[in-house]
Amino acid sequence: MASPPGSPRLVDSFTAPKHVLQEFAEMAEEEDIDPFAETASKRQIAARQSDYHNRRFNRQANESADAFKAAEEGAEIEGGYKEAMRLQRLEREEERVRRAIEEKERKAREEGQEKMDLDKTPPREEIIEAVKEVAASSGTKRKRRWDVEEPSDEVKAEEKGGEWSKEALEEAVPKKRRSRWDATPADVGETPKRSRWDQAPAAQPEAPMAAIIMNAPGFMHEDKHNRYLTDEELDALLPTSGYAIVTPPPGYAPLVRPPKLSATPVTEISGFHIQESSDAAAVAAAQGLAPELPTEIPGVGSLAFFKAEDAQYFAKILKEEDETELSVDEMKERKIMRLLLKIKNGTPPVRKTALRQITDKAREFGAGPLFDKILPLLMERTLEDQERHLLVKVIDRVLYKLDDLVRPYVHKILVVIEPLLIDEDYYARVEGREIISNLSKAAGLAHMISTMRPDIDHADEYVRNTTARAFSVVASALGIPSLLPFLKAVCRSKKSWQARHTGIRIVQQIAIMMGCAVLPHLRNLVECIAHGLQDEQQKVRTMTALGLAALAEAAAPYGIESFDNVLKPLWVGIRLHRGKSLAAFLKAIGFILPLMDPEYVSYYIKEVTIILIREFQTSDEEMKKIVLKVVQQCAATEGVTPQYIKQDILPDFFKAFWVRRMALDRRNYRQVVETTVELAQKAGVAEIVGRIVNDLKDEAEPYRKMVMETITKVVASLGASDIDERLEVRLVDGIIYSFQEQTTEDQVMLDGFGTVVNALGIRVKPYLTQIVSTILWRLNNKSAKVRQQAADLTTRLAVVIKQCGEDQLLSKLGLVLFEQLGEEYPDTLGSIIAAEGAIANVVGMTQMNPPVKDLLPRMTPILRNRHEKVQEATINLIGRIADRGAEFVPAREWMRICFELLDLLKAHKKGIRRAAVNSFGYIAKSLGPQDVLQVLLTNLRVQERQSRVCSTVAIAIVAETCGPFTCIPAILNEYRTAELNVRTGCLKALTFVFEYVGPQSAYYADSVVTMLEDALTDRDLVHRQTASVIVKHLALGVAGLGCEDSMLHLMNLVWPNCFETSPHVIGAVMEAIEAMRVTLGPGVLLSYILQGLFHPARKVREVYWRIYNSLYLGAADSLVPFYPDLGELSEGQNVYDRHPLQMFI
Amino acid sequence: MSSELRYTANTQLEHLHARYTGTGHADLTKWEWLTHQHRDTLSSIVGHPTLASYLAIADGESIGRVKFEMTERMLQPCGPPPAKDD
Repeated sequence: MASPPGSPRLVDSFTAPKHVLQEFAEMAEEEDIDPFAETASKRQIAARQSDYHNRRFNRQANESADAFKAAEEGAEIEGGYKEAMRLQRLEREEERVRRAIEEKERKAREEGQEKMDLDKTPPREEIIEAVKEVAASSGTKRKRRWDVEEPSDEVKAEEKGGEWSKEALEEAVPKKRRSRWDATPADVGETPKRSRWDQAPAAQPEAPMAAIIMNAPGFMHEDKHNRYLTDEELDALLPTSGYAIVTPPPGYAPLVRPPKLSATPVTEISGFHIQESSDAAAVAAAQGLAPELPTEIPGVGSLAFFKAEDAQYFAKILKEEDETELSVDEMKERKIMRLLLKIKNGTPPVRKTALRQITDKAREFGAGPLFDKILPLLMERTLEDQERHLLVKVIDRVLYKLDDLVRPYVHKILVVIEPLLIDEDYYARVEGREIISNLSKAAGLAHMISTMRPDIDHADEYVRNTTARAFSVVASALGIPSLLPFLKAVCRSKKSWQARHTGIRIVQQIAIMMGCAVLPHLRNLVECIAHGLQDEQQKVRTMTALGLAALAEAAAPYGIESFDNVLKPLWVGIRLHRGKSLAAFLKAIGFILPLMDPEYVSYYIKEVTIILIREFQTSDEEMKKIVLKVVQQCAATEGVTPQYIKQDILPDFFKAFWVRRMALDRRNYRQVVETTVELAQKAGVAEIVGRIVNDLKDEAEPYRKMVMETITKVVASLGASDIDERLEVRLVDGIIYSFQEQTTEDQVMLDGFGTVVNALGIRVKPYLTQIVSTILWRLNNKSAKVRQQAADLTTRLAVVIKQCGEDQLLSKLGLVLFEQLGEEYPDTLGSIIAAEGAIANVVGMTQMNPPVKDLLPRMTPILRNRHEKVQEATINLIGRIADRGAEFVPAREWMRICFELLDLLKAHKKGIRRAAVNSFGYIAKSLGPQDVLQVLLTNLRVQERQSRVCSTVAIAIVAETCGPFTCIPAILNEYRTAELNVRTGCLKALTFVFEYVGPQSAYYADSVVTMLEDALTDRDLVHRQTASVIVKHLALGVAGLGCEDSMLHLMNLVWPNCFETSPHVIGAVMEAIEAMRVTLGPGVLLSYILQGLFHPARKVREVYWRIYNSLYLGAADSLVPFYPDLGELSEGQNVYDRHPLQMFI
Repeated sequence: MSSELRYTANTQLEHLHARYTGTGHADLTKWEWLTHQHRDTLSSIVGHPTLASYLAIADGESIGRVKFEMTERMLQPCGPPPAKDD
């Protein structure tokens, strides 16, 4: 690793290797480099995601017939469940055949290779093949998944034929057409109808979904070098005589093969960049489009952006057309496309109206035309997050309106939406869930099941995975009980293990998603999957164990009785299994243990411990993590005794896991620390700390860090009283050593030091001199980081040093820190000021050394520092001084600080603004409010809104600390200024004043009434709004204090504003009225409202009912005595007298 | 009201109605409103022990009986809904 100390360094400086530099130089020479290309590709979802995620492009969507409608109309509709199942079987068969062919080819190649071994040079294609394979294996390695199908990996490696590979060559020569059987056709777009050889043609009345997906420009991933030769090119190449075009065998149609699994999108079409020869551009050009991208589309208006790929989808609306020639359907299509384009690429206001239109007209457009346009857009490879979000939103809104009309499109929607369920982005997952849940509510359970059933035993693991997740969403939307019979059947499927596997995975996903909501159905769900533990397929057994783990985790801490049946198989299973399935079984056991009764749990733990200890030695990372987790769970259960942990677990545990290697991997590191902390809860501080304390002096720094973090957490949760004197010496010694030896200044070391010293408290006194000298020495270090850390440590230790009575040490530290205030690194300066503040806090203003009168003037210039950390620390210190020791500083200094503080009122960080405002209060208190108030009122005249707002807040603070009587007259006086800003500022200040002073407002209510009269009758909306806010705070403040007369007056002035339409104004007015309910009582308010509840004008009624509703929600019960007596309205059977209220004694 | 507010206010209103019975809207009929009032009154009597015992004394019944009758009366307190005439 590092060179031995003292040895000279081999090179003085490092520089990049030559070839790298050259590469950059070459790149710089090329002119057409798009500097945003890289970020653009990161924004694209497909470019960012793993191969596994991108398998979504392989999926085929088929029409799912609406069986309900068919039954109603008595018509036979093609493409129903039967059809889907048939297709699915065919797909599996296809997969099998393809695999068989590949297997055969591979064998043939191997044999060929054996023959070739005699040759000196292997054929060129083999070399390229080999190179590719090496590149594939050394390149980005795919994450290994639990149950990915192994054969598909091989297939992948095989499928990558190079440009000159045998297959490609064969494909290029027209004579050997037969070999195209299993190859991707050159241009899928050319086949107008994707008539698959095995598909009933009737199933696709219009251009089917899959064809549209295939058409997506990103899909044409073959570059021009290895595409097929066109007929014209062939004509040019080959002699005219001697060649004939052979007709394809009868019944042959090119097999549509999904793009290669491993092929990362070759097209890197960036946001605004047109590729010269790209297919998209070619298509656009063919349709008579100008090569440059439009931002103005006829009938759409201006857009925020327009991508090259969009031209393909929206070609029809890009050119001017004569609308009169179009049919109704075509018009509709154009309309939908315009709306979609507005939503996808428009500016927010455009988008909003378009979204509303498309929602309102959804039923008019119909499900078919809508989804035919939306879904292909979602499968576009260059889709970005924002676009996806918007399109998904469209689907969501449209679904809501279409309701059961969506049935035929359920599968298509699922194919597009299911991938969202495994997205890395949390919000995408939530969106996906939302859509599928709405979809299942709209389409109904039966239809959902019949649509998704074929995918359950799909050949592709990806499809099964996403389907399982989708099913769990359906279960949560429609209730677990309704899905249970189906789940039971699937989990017991005899036909294929894939179905069982998926069924069990559905249960697992249900548990993960619904959490404790599975409890009512726990027994049923466990019974559903329990038999899977003895399944003949290992993957099913593994998945069952994972499912049980998820169920137990969701049910914790209840429901052990539901797991009774699986305990035996699980515990027997851990003796029978190895590897992944053992890991899964252990995981299940780990989650079931915490549910058990303490009496029984120790028996079960003893059984599992043997296996755990054996697996401590494992080299499998996954297994290691699970073992650690299970140990943690065992230790956390009540039934296990400290004795047992100390004797049976700890020795092996420390031997296996407390080794340097574990500190290197971050996830292992965390898991080991967590588990050790959990063990410490049982075994005690001394036991654990005693075992690892010596490692604080270990030579590997990451390992020291791991030890430190563990000690920190153990001591923080359990205290240090358990630590005896000898251990204490070793501990403090080790901590000081590791603190001094750290090379990267780390939060862990700092936290550890602070925690341990604070936990030891007064016991740390003997070591203080040593610690403080370490700090002092490090405060003068040449590295800014080290200085900063030393200052931070001072902040943490200040309290303990004071407890130990080492005041002279504190004053020494204070002085040194004071000298360091010239620090130039802002982070360090912030820490130093914070440390000074901490010392000032514990010592008190009078004993503070340096004296406050020296300290504060030194802080004034630092206030101008723009760094947030510095600002915050400074303002805290100043506030503290203003609060406790303002008298030590001359008034002139404070005024100067006041002016500086005004700037801080508009800081970005809330903490700073709050501290600044508070400091204003303290300063005003010590100085008297007049001067400060003057500063603030003058500040109301400035242009900048932010500082005006802050000033109003500060005025309110001054009013709160110095009494409202000092401020309100000044504010009222200022309100007479003719300037609008000032008047608004005054009103704003009053809102805060009355908000802060609360009940004290009762004394001032009458004095502000005239001003409020003026403001509430002003033409300016904002005046009335702010005045309403004042009325609200005032009314709430004076509730029950006898100001009803003036409040009623204000109510009369506020009330007419209830017809305002601006959102903020109406909000403020409604709140004022609500507040009046509290002050005047609901009865008074009801009498206002009764005037308009049944007004002939709907607009009036709407507003009055809204107020009524909020009144009703606030005081339903107390309205009872105030309801009008409407007995005279009784007619016939309807008697409206409230008889019980008419009784009297 | 601005379109935006109308949109959100309406959705909130629907939400409100779903959650709290007794809230109203611009098209509420006399009968519906009064039925809510009556139910509020009855539940208020059941909920306030003093009011319930007052009625019990006035009626010469036990408090339990009064509460029971009030609860029973909550089902269509103003009779069946009047026939719609449109």
